[in-house]
Amino acid sequence: MILRLAIGSLLARALTVGMTVLAIALSVMLFLGVEKVRTGAKASFADTISGTDLIVGARSGSVQLLLYSVFRIGNATNNVTWESYQDIAARPEVDWIVPISLGDSHLQFRVMGTTAEFFERYKYRDDRPLVMSDGVVMDDLYDAVVGADVAATLKYKVGDPIVVAHGLASFTKHEDQPFRVSGILEKTGTPVDRTVIISMEAIEAIHVDWKSGSKIPGQTTPTEVIRQMDLTPKAITAALVGVESPLQTFGLQRAINEYPEEPLLAVLPGVALQELWAIVGVAETALLGVSAMVVVTALIGMMATIFSSLNERRREMAIFRAMGARPTTILGLLVLEAVLTSAAGATLGLALLYVGLVIAQPIVDGTFGLWLPIEAPSWREFWVLAAVIAAGAFVSLVPALRAYRLSVADGMMVRT
Amino acid sequence: MLNDVRYRWKSRTSFHLSVPTLDIAAGDTVLLLGESGSGKSTLLSLICGTILADSGQVAVAGTDLARLSGGSRDRFRAEQIGMIFQQFNLLPFGSVLDNIQLPLHFAPERRKRAGDTKTEAQALCTALSLPETVLASKAAALSVGQQQRVAVARALIGRPPVVIADEPTSALDANSQATFLDLLFDQVQRHGTTLLMVSHDPRLAERFDRVLRMEDIASIERRVA
Repeated sequence: MILRLAIGSLLARALTVGMTVLAIALSVMLFLGVEKVRTGAKASFADTISGTDLIVGARSGSVQLLLYSVFRIGNATNNVTWESYQDIAARPEVDWIVPISLGDSHLQFRVMGTTAEFFERYKYRDDRPLVMSDGVVMDDLYDAVVGADVAATLKYKVGDPIVVAHGLASFTKHEDQPFRVSGILEKTGTPVDRTVIISMEAIEAIHVDWKSGSKIPGQTTPTEVIRQMDLTPKAITAALVGVESPLQTFGLQRAINEYPEEPLLAVLPGVALQELWAIVGVAETALLGVSAMVVVTALIGMMATIFSSLNERRREMAIFRAMGARPTTILGLLVLEAVLTSAAGATLGLALLYVGLVIAQPIVDGTFGLWLPIEAPSWREFWVLAAVIAAGAFVSLVPALRAYRLSVADGMMVRT
Repeated sequence: MLNDVRYRWKSRTSFHLSVPTLDIAAGDTVLLLGESGSGKSTLLSLICGTILADSGQVAVAGTDLARLSGGSRDRFRAEQIGMIFQQFNLLPFGSVLDNIQLPLHFAPERRKRAGDTKTEAQALCTALSLPETVLASKAAALSVGQQQRVAVARALIGRPPVVIADEPTSALDANSQATFLDLLFDQVQRHGTTLLMVSHDPRLAERFDRVLRMEDIASIERRVA
């Protein structure tokens, strides 16, 4: 009955209580939402590359190598010569090796040269392979496969022409050698979606008339001639390597890192991803901290609301006292109300989170390539909700203790 | 009941109430007359045990209140005393039934005496000329006169030996006053309850067994602090 009266009392103040519940709900939604994005981002991040044992590139930092080879962020400091690449490829531990050549762009998207094997070897999110949504893997020298975002943004269909630009923010285009879209990849949520993929030979081909990063004036080799030329690459940017047995990974890594002919670097993608996350994660933690503060603010708001309601409720407390309620009952009643309020807020917040997820999931996935799973709340989330309710009870102790003192002083007679 | 009681409000303007002796027999109906500020409220608080006398003895139904701990006094009040206020007696958000049952929540003995509380509450409401359907309605939806009668039902449920009424009629018009008092006295006499009513209205005197004047039983000292 006391519970019923407490609920009745809350309903009688529906507007102010509703506002408090809403504030708590929004803060809880924000907190859980940030947490969801955080874990989603971390998972998405770790899902970017799988099935690859080592990434090999010119010697720099492991994070940098990961950034430019997998995330297409930043640039390689140096290339790996074709001879070194072949040396590594010839090693007995190597099961497969896929070269990557970067440096050109198509509008806002990066162009990556690689071999057809890339489509078999590159895996993401629990060893999922790349799948063509339309068309086929490049067959001709001037064929290009585009990622889902590229196709969606530029509205490309199979058969459309593409002109690759030299460099990343350049006005010089390889206009004399246009490409044709041969295939479009399905969405993966990885940087592949934002990549134009052409063959290694094509990368060589479009640079036939180039030297030291600039076009040789007046020289235009006809495409028919280029097709006859030897287009074996002279250098690559990086390579993805799979080993015969996982046990050999470290041995091969050491061998590559100590490669005498050229300074090279081999990194384990998982380790490099973790290093990178350690950097990115700080911002995420800060965001989580801020949203935790929002929850605290909402709870303090509730405390203020209880405080301001105390005066108008002295009559109510006097009735309780006259009926034989102890001052501790009054205290318990107020804490109970705070628990009910924050529980309602937490529950509504959770509900709002799911509504928000259902609405935002496709948008976030499409815009950021971030997949936020909609699943039953985890234990962690339940703990967060429980903590919010407990904190609500705790902050309500302050006004409740004041009510306790008031009810001891007032007894059953309210003196104002 | 009261013997050589002194009480002083702490941390307020100096207000000193002393009651040499006040004895009310069980089953009596007593009217306590006094102007506002005559110490009536303080006296009631002493009897109800929400405040403790600085010296002297307050005994209700044979129990010395000073011997009880704070919590036991609250329990004692719930068990022994039915309380009716001037107005705003009820929790406006609760149903009439909830309001009537409220003291029983703090008084297990009284709950036992009440038996089936809902039937009891219904019987009291009928006896107090409240409509059949009143139990389910919200207290706030009732007229003041009805609310006061619900307060009587609440004070009487489980038959506490003492009912204290603090100016219960002052919020009512003359007509409702008479009806209210008729119903109250009817119930109190049927159950042999001791009734202590506080009022400033001497016209009510004829209904009561005894009439006491505040100035006769108590002396007040006020000093400007």
